[in-house]
Amino acid sequence: MTELTKLTIAEAREKLRAKEVSATELTKAFIDAIETANPSINAYVLQTPELALSQAKESDKRLKAGDARPLEGLPLGNKDLFCTKDVRTTACSKILDDFKPTYESTVGSNLWNAGAVMLGKLNCDEFAMGSSNETSAFGPVVSPWRRKKDGKTTTDKLVPGGSSGGSSAAVSANLCLAATATDTGGSIRQPAALTGTVGIKPTYGRCSRWGIVAFASSLDQAGPIAKTVRDAAIMLRAMASHDPKDSTSVAAPVPDYEMALAQGVKGLRVGVPKEYRVEGMSKEIEKLWQDGIAWLKAAGATIHDISLPHTKYALPAYYIVAPAEASSNLARYDGVRYGLRVPGKDLIDTYENTRAAGFGKEVRRRILIGTYVLSAGYYDAYYLKAQKVRTLIKRDFDDAWKSVDVVLTPTTPSPAFGFGEKTGDPIAMYLEDIFTVTVNMAGLPGISVPAGLSSEGTPLGLQLIGKPFDEATLFRAAQAIEDAAGRFVVEDRWWAGTTAKTGAKKAGSKSK
Amino acid sequence: MQETAKASKSKNLIEGATGSWEVIVGLEVHAQVASQSKLFSGASTAFGADPNSHVSLVDAAMPGMLPVINSECIAQAVRTGLGLNAKINLRSVFDRKNYFYPDLPQGYQISQYQQPIVGEGEVEIDVDGETMTVGIERLHLEQDAGKSVHDQHPDYSYVDLNRSGVALMEIVSKPDMRSSKQAQAYVSKLRTILRYLGTSDADMEKGNLRADVNVSVRKPGDKLGTRCEIKNVNSIRFIGQAIEVEARRQIDIIEAGGAIDQETRLFDPGKGETRSMRSKEEAHDYRYFPDPDLLPLELSMEYVGELEKDLPELPDAKKQRFMQEFGLSDYDANVLVAERESADYFEAVAQGRDGKLAANWVINELFGRLNKEGKSIEASPMSAQQLGAIVDLIASSTISGKIAKDLFEIVWTEGGDPAEIVEKRGMKQVTDTGAIEKAVDEIIAANPDKVEQVKAKPSMLGWFVGQVMKASGGKANPQAVNDILKTKLGI
Repeated sequence: MTELTKLTIAEAREKLRAKEVSATELTKAFIDAIETANPSINAYVLQTPELALSQAKESDKRLKAGDARPLEGLPLGNKDLFCTKDVRTTACSKILDDFKPTYESTVGSNLWNAGAVMLGKLNCDEFAMGSSNETSAFGPVVSPWRRKKDGKTTTDKLVPGGSSGGSSAAVSANLCLAATATDTGGSIRQPAALTGTVGIKPTYGRCSRWGIVAFASSLDQAGPIAKTVRDAAIMLRAMASHDPKDSTSVAAPVPDYEMALAQGVKGLRVGVPKEYRVEGMSKEIEKLWQDGIAWLKAAGATIHDISLPHTKYALPAYYIVAPAEASSNLARYDGVRYGLRVPGKDLIDTYENTRAAGFGKEVRRRILIGTYVLSAGYYDAYYLKAQKVRTLIKRDFDDAWKSVDVVLTPTTPSPAFGFGEKTGDPIAMYLEDIFTVTVNMAGLPGISVPAGLSSEGTPLGLQLIGKPFDEATLFRAAQAIEDAAGRFVVEDRWWAGTTAKTGAKKAGSKSK
Repeated sequence: MQETAKASKSKNLIEGATGSWEVIVGLEVHAQVASQSKLFSGASTAFGADPNSHVSLVDAAMPGMLPVINSECIAQAVRTGLGLNAKINLRSVFDRKNYFYPDLPQGYQISQYQQPIVGEGEVEIDVDGETMTVGIERLHLEQDAGKSVHDQHPDYSYVDLNRSGVALMEIVSKPDMRSSKQAQAYVSKLRTILRYLGTSDADMEKGNLRADVNVSVRKPGDKLGTRCEIKNVNSIRFIGQAIEVEARRQIDIIEAGGAIDQETRLFDPGKGETRSMRSKEEAHDYRYFPDPDLLPLELSMEYVGELEKDLPELPDAKKQRFMQEFGLSDYDANVLVAERESADYFEAVAQGRDGKLAANWVINELFGRLNKEGKSIEASPMSAQQLGAIVDLIASSTISGKIAKDLFEIVWTEGGDPAEIVEKRGMKQVTDTGAIEKAVDEIIAANPDKVEQVKAKPSMLGWFVGQVMKASGGKANPQAVNDILKTKLGI
């Protein structure tokens, strides 16, 4: 059974169509894997095996009838930020309590209508606010990856990144074929980088935001985390759509990204921005970057030094814009219509009790920051200025696109860190986003692709940034890196207990 | 010039213990946009439905829900802007106005703050026979809130979200009004324009038109005083009363050596007073910022042009036309154009007939009767065709004015074709001079004393006319009676 969960989407798709395996068998394999792993990994906050099996049954019918849809019978995890019809949706916050939406997100509907199977809801930072998945009301997610010290694996718990930590952990631990995720400042790419998975945040407007619990509306985008570049391409094509219910979604045709992969990168102009060479960046990240440059060059791309002069303002501006929008977006959680209500002596008291009990510390911090920067007398100095910075960042990229087709940077400044290492220092945590936020601020597509291992044996990722709605080129470039770097899978399946140890060995021997 | 300006204003001044005071009024009128569905959702806007039956997921602010602009509401706002001779802003922005209240599910109202859809315009009003212009500062679109219901349970309040998200136009005037009468005339005119345009039914009873009234006072020539805002006044009568009592309250405070606090107040029509709601210090910080769920609204010149092309004739233009085309007085024309339906009715009656005669019958007889029975023009039992036929019968001297009133009564209560009724019931006017002469001769013979008197005092002729008319059962042609009497009496 373990073998089945190790498949990529592309492989599973082939096996299903060739009737080597049924959707039900595949789904059961994942249900069992989750059963075993979730107590240690905590990737799923809700498992929906009955729903999954009924979807799989339908898929088997269709597969049998030769009527398969693009994602027929492929079991996926769904980040708990996506509203799911009649299935509890919490954004991993206490404030939503056991809220069951009467509606399915557009992205979710697109996936299920394409035949995919939902295994359950994935853990994340509360309201997607965090870079380590440690702010979740359901507790942190444990990365399947462990550090190696003196050639031995340690048992220290590492974070899987955030906010889509449940998604990245589930994909890297083979607890789903791929997962939905969302990215407001790096929440798809950073966890992908820390877990050896591929994550793409598409262009703002590519995926509908309808039915996704909002964090910062002008920055939020849905995207997939998957095992390979090809899988991410297959996933994004199914997730993306123009949606009249989201005024910011764009009516641009969604190309067949998978087809684009074969085109290679010959002649592709790759920009390397000097501003990303930040102070204190580790040698191994620098080396990773140079590897990426070399691989792309070897594959036929040309490398160009470029400048994105306003990069250094992106992070501070992001931490004004995102909390400002969040402070307003989260006002609806007031205990009046749904979710948690902690009654008080009067209305104000009820609001205060409810929101104090319902929101965690990081969410409260961001609501306070956001409320402050929008306040009368501070708006111009903070919010308005941050928006101006945003325009300048966009302009930096517009200038860059005159000479290059994609931009290559590291995804994160450092490898995965341990539990609690950064929770005491919000600024250190916010710095996790330093290479990723610019992409959200400019509304551009960005992909993180695994490129190597740190000295501790944990994954590192490279980020490719593309022109608006040019995800196809990102997939091509990412494929070139994946081809050169190979895949990075967890060899020690420590979470699977003794019975699965053999599986881990197999995985190890196979990858060699 | 200055003297005349002062003189024309002086009648609006309010007398206080220390001299005359001038009241300055500006209005923010909230008019519900006439549309099938809400500003950002597909839920119905129908009035009077069961609580919470017209609520979409967006209106209830469920997680992950997003607003989508209703294009009809945009068109209505642009039409209104055009009707107010205002600048249409081709680019406008929706902002969030943040505050917590149970009937505001999102925790913010989507409104337009710095970049409204409509800019400066103007409205002409007539007060006491004088025409003046009230400036429009801006018009913007915003969502209405739901309704909190406090009288259903001893311990709880209920919330009805049917109105949540309904589109409102907030029309902000400049502080151009100097009396309660002017303010009332302005609201009344605004209402007329909205109803002509069909952009709001402006029904104050349903709460579809409400006003926030800004009032301050000053000694004439001084700089503007501190203003108070009286929230949510919902009838034209109350607007007048609220301004009167608020101006008096402010004058009394200043004259007693006090100062006006800038604050929000409520008008209590029962007690005839305004009460403080909250002071400036307690005012909300609404933390306005552009709604990131909505892109800026961009309109093209062509789009605005298309809407402009299809605008109906507006009351001012209609009034001018009525005066020119039908020779109506300013007063009559004003009365007739106040409601589009009345104007249409009049025009149907007047078409191809004597406009003044038609106006008289519409205003005096028809409106009088409708008023008496509390009916609207749409519910009139008499059609414009029927009234037109009565006017025709008068114009052709087939019936006298007096008989016409009887005929009006018959048609009003029984219906039917006026010409047929006149024929069947023998109501035709007698123009046969022989018959009239006979009657005149009889009256003269029977009243020698009156004959003497009329020779000395010709205005006594009316008595003779009355007698002859009575004898003819009202059917004699009054002009003919007049002429014959004059000849026979030698006056």
